[in-house]
Amino acid sequence: MAKAEADPNLRKGRFAPFGLLSPGMLWLILFFLVPLWTLLRIALSTKPNPFLPDYELTWRFSNFTDAVDRFQPELLRSFGYAGAATVLCILIGYPLAYFIALRGGKHRNLLLGMVMVPFFTSFLIRTIAWQTILGNDGPVLWFLRTFHLLGVSNALSVTDNGAILNTPQAVIGGLAYNFVPFMILPIYVSIEKIDRRLIDAARDLYSTPAQAFRKVILPLSLPGVFAGTLLTFIPAAGDYINAELLGNAKTSMIGSEISKLFLRESDYPTAAALSFIFMAIITVGVLVYAKVLGTEELST
Amino acid sequence: MSVTATETAPAAPPADDPPGAPVRVRRTIRSRLLGIYATLAYIWLFAPLVVIVAFSFNRPTGKFNTRWNELTFQNWLHPFRKQDYTEALITSLKVAAVACIVATILGGLMALALSRYQFRGRGLVNIIIVLPLTTPEIVLGSSLFTLFFNANVELGFTTVVIAHIMFCVSFVALTVQARVRGFDWTLEDAAMDLGSTPWRTFRTVTFPLILPGIAAAFLLSFALSIDDYIITSFVAGNGEGSITTFPMRIFNANRTEIPPQVHVIASAILIASVGLMAVGTLRTMRRDRGLA
Repeated sequence: MAKAEADPNLRKGRFAPFGLLSPGMLWLILFFLVPLWTLLRIALSTKPNPFLPDYELTWRFSNFTDAVDRFQPELLRSFGYAGAATVLCILIGYPLAYFIALRGGKHRNLLLGMVMVPFFTSFLIRTIAWQTILGNDGPVLWFLRTFHLLGVSNALSVTDNGAILNTPQAVIGGLAYNFVPFMILPIYVSIEKIDRRLIDAARDLYSTPAQAFRKVILPLSLPGVFAGTLLTFIPAAGDYINAELLGNAKTSMIGSEISKLFLRESDYPTAAALSFIFMAIITVGVLVYAKVLGTEELST
Repeated sequence: MSVTATETAPAAPPADDPPGAPVRVRRTIRSRLLGIYATLAYIWLFAPLVVIVAFSFNRPTGKFNTRWNELTFQNWLHPFRKQDYTEALITSLKVAAVACIVATILGGLMALALSRYQFRGRGLVNIIIVLPLTTPEIVLGSSLFTLFFNANVELGFTTVVIAHIMFCVSFVALTVQARVRGFDWTLEDAAMDLGSTPWRTFRTVTFPLILPGIAAAFLLSFALSIDDYIITSFVAGNGEGSITTFPMRIFNANRTEIPPQVHVIASAILIASVGLMAVGTLRTMRRDRGLA
């Protein structure tokens, strides 16, 4: 954004930008910011009648602590699964982004486009396809059984007692699969932006390829990893489709609980408190993460 | 080993490659390993797609089309046999069409303001645009639910469209902004200096230049809208005016049935989008070659 400030191309305007912005901003204020306010109000309310969805604003701050106490396992599980999926996304996405950016040659755009192809189908149907692949009659378990690798995969906790579907592993794998492009794209952009002459210079100064990677490419690509981590972790922590379709009763994530409380149990104060806490933890986490890494490229 | 060479003799004449074959051999092994890793990653990315297309040709044994039984073309001959799924698909298309047109207009105008004008409060505007993208969907959905509950609004088509516009606007604003960054706005001045009216300038200069960005943003928001489940499930309602979108239909029925028509529709959408992308790529390639 600092660059845009100094852009001589920009004009000064008082009324024109206001006119152009106001419809969109109005929409975001009305349907994004105001709802957060009503969410907070309901989070501080009590339910006078357990059989009616009504509520009364009583500034009951203990809603928050009650909700955390009651749903601590789901909260921890959500952050744990999302963290594991994010690490998996880095392990898969970084080498792939590196390969496309530096070894892709003239096929770079095609290779990058291929990363996006899975997203031309529905999120749900992709996840249902994983049910087929990971199921007990699926190709993965068939392969492991045929080559007598189930013992090995059990030991490596890739499989859980000879099964993958309906285990935490399947949920984490599904989360990683569904959010990995949000990791690959920013890393690709940051590696692609690196001036190739810097890499050549490192090589001319007799660095080994590993040193050139560690001292030139890796530090310059970290903003991409940073952006990718946020773009993967945040939606993964809130997602519950993977947990519902690929997991079991013990893999329920926080989104599932919030949804159930709102839509089935109509316990709005608890649901709102839980939703608000979840958002607060994510926001604080993002700020701490940004501070620790010292990067301010949140929006790019 | 080449590091020690730098340390002992920094002024040594630069060699293309340190002498000896092993380094080069090791490098090719390394790049080949990277290639193999990338290939495996692509197999991982494409495996579910192969399954979706293959199972669109499967005759399922029970209600769940998740186990291979036998090859059939019946599903493709009757893609709309499951009426509730077809209706849900039509609902999704309607929502996406309305939401994306509005979101593209609102977001496009915001992008225009941000990429052309210098004004106070830019930073704040940018933050408000980015925030919905960094907020988990579950929070967006549940907070909108509380808003509509508070205001006593009946949930249904309108509330779903409102929600979809909300999360698409930010994507549109950012996409269009990225596309028009660095665009030479003096072209507009040139048109005006040559006697063009403001409306004509917009029609003949500004709009054609921002059109690719607008089109990309429209397609992106269409894809987001048609695929959304979490936010939609909060605002689609369960009363009289409630609606069921395609993802909702699939998710709600997931425990009881997965008909092969779901796979057929998904495959058709996949093939059509890949085809569109391929045609687009070929056209730009041909145009670039023509220019060169």
